[in-house]
Amino acid sequence: MQRRLKLGVLFSRVRVEEKWIFGAMEKRGIDYDRLDDRAIHFDLNDPKPWQGYDAVLERSISYNSGLYALRLLNAFGVPTVNTASVAEICGDKLMTSAALARDGVPQPHNATAFTPEAALEAIEAFGYPVVLKPVVGSWGRLLAKINDRDAAEAVLEHKATLGSAQHSVFYVQEFIEKPGRDIRVVVIGERVLTAMYRKSEHWITNTARGGEGELCPLTPEIEELSLRAAKSVGGGVLAIDLVEHPERGLIVNEINHTMEFHTMQPLSGIDIAGEIVEFVVSASKSKMQNAE
Amino acid sequence: MSTVTCPECEAQIELEAGTEVGEIIVCSDCGVDLEVTALEPATIQLAPMEQEDWGE
Repeated sequence: MQRRLKLGVLFSRVRVEEKWIFGAMEKRGIDYDRLDDRAIHFDLNDPKPWQGYDAVLERSISYNSGLYALRLLNAFGVPTVNTASVAEICGDKLMTSAALARDGVPQPHNATAFTPEAALEAIEAFGYPVVLKPVVGSWGRLLAKINDRDAAEAVLEHKATLGSAQHSVFYVQEFIEKPGRDIRVVVIGERVLTAMYRKSEHWITNTARGGEGELCPLTPEIEELSLRAAKSVGGGVLAIDLVEHPERGLIVNEINHTMEFHTMQPLSGIDIAGEIVEFVVSASKSKMQNAE
Repeated sequence: MSTVTCPECEAQIELEAGTEVGEIIVCSDCGVDLEVTALEPATIQLAPMEQEDWGE
């Protein structure tokens, strides 16, 4: 007799996205557990409780918790959305840039250095303004637009002195004069679902920072670039952030592996939560076994 | 409808239908973020502060 599908959803807090995902699970009659990443623990000698899941969807707010949980689940043979490998790449801007560079996917001009002195040299070689970003971080936090050498010296010293060791991985990016917006594209598996402009007067256009969403028509160029970017980082459920570069056209700025879609779902009218759940089912163990 | 008391300002807050455990609500009086920790009976606590590695 075929065993009933059992899924897990790893989360930190129930945002509207998680409510929609839980609702989509329940609508489909899927047996699933809500796994609060603050309450769970993994016994490495006893993976069995975890191996009962046919797949786990990771929706943690904490990058570290989500990443380590994915590593363990994958080590236990549990399929996850996304995989630990995808989370490793997408959660770290430098890893994302390295993957895109390897595959020749257009992206902003970036440089990396490991000391303030070397970072300053890299910044001076770019010319001002430039943007300094933490390699791990989201929602547009701790981004610094550096307009001159004084600012560069100050911010680099602050990062080296006040930040964790990770803030001494200096990630320098060209400042792009974008047209007051960027483009967020939702890719699930091999499909581009929808896209929206994120508009803001501020140079940081994240909706988490007050940027407003507006539907962006999908073009062959957006679709092709987004699929290339998704493939480059390993694929799955991804939000690809594109920027319109004044000289180079569309380029890939960032890729998010636990995307928020509270603006996109109502804007597009697409049941993104339902699409995510369908993708998790398609990635599950029993589905894979049936396909064999 | 469940009513809870804000631990920060003691305002009485009514939880909307469909509220889930783990959801963050905002106190309409003092604006603090509160996490729903149980539903029957309803309990809340101050939501955890945003951490550096939080995001999407």
